Amino acid sequence: MNAAQDSRAADDQDGGWTGAVRRGVARRLPLTDLLPTHQPSYVRSWTYVFGVIAIAALVWLVVSGSILAAFGPQWWHHSSKGRFVNSLHYWGVQVFFVFMVLHLWAMYWGAAWRDGRALTWMVGTGIFFISIPAAFTGYISQQNFDGQWIAVNAKDALNAAGIGAFFNPLNFGQAYGIHVVLLPVAVVALVALHIVLVRIKGVVRPLGAPPPGTTPSRSP
Amino acid sequence: MDTPAPYVHWAFVLISVPNLVLIAVMLAMFAVALLAPFPGHGDSGARRRKP
Repeated sequence: MNAAQDSRAADDQDGGWTGAVRRGVARRLPLTDLLPTHQPSYVRSWTYVFGVIAIAALVWLVVSGSILAAFGPQWWHHSSKGRFVNSLHYWGVQVFFVFMVLHLWAMYWGAAWRDGRALTWMVGTGIFFISIPAAFTGYISQQNFDGQWIAVNAKDALNAAGIGAFFNPLNFGQAYGIHVVLLPVAVVALVALHIVLVRIKGVVRPLGAPPPGTTPSRSP
Repeated sequence: MDTPAPYVHWAFVLISVPNLVLIAVMLAMFAVALLAPFPGHGDSGARRRKP
């Protein structure tokens, strides 16, 4: 064993927290699981396509939202290109919610939290619940009478719920910051965690399907 | 576009027609997703374990 191999062998067992993290990641999520080329047959289902469409919509929301943030309210209200991108952003939200909810329905009725997947389920529902204020703060970030009307009504609702001391919908700067930074970062981070958890645990078996290894193997 | 949407008022249920149509479309898509065959080829088989 040469010096380089000695060093590598020692590094496999040592390396402080960096080495520990590397070994933990390699143990929990090997590249073959992170980027699998084969999946069980039951993954060929429209219900998972719904989840992928929701992720595609989220990507488009980030792209169109970044363009809107760069050019500002005057552009998105008073130029044809701005109104077009604004519409893309709005309809992207509709696509995101429709397909996220369809995916959520399928996972709920399929009891997708089985076999140690509770965290995957909870992160998924967390994405749903965080997406709701993300959308609402978008409505009050429009900078038009519609946004003002929604903000005034939301202010009454939030005050009645005791949240008014922490969040004032009539404070455009606060609502806009929450809409374009805090909540999108949370949603994107949770979506990434959701995907990693799906890769770590694998896709859940359909209800009633026998565990792997208990089905009779095909004769050669 | 600038006129209020029509509403359906049935007992304690009050919902706009566009929202009602959207929910109906989502339910239809969900049913189709369960029943429609998924396009693809062959049997990819249960090649991946994990219970």
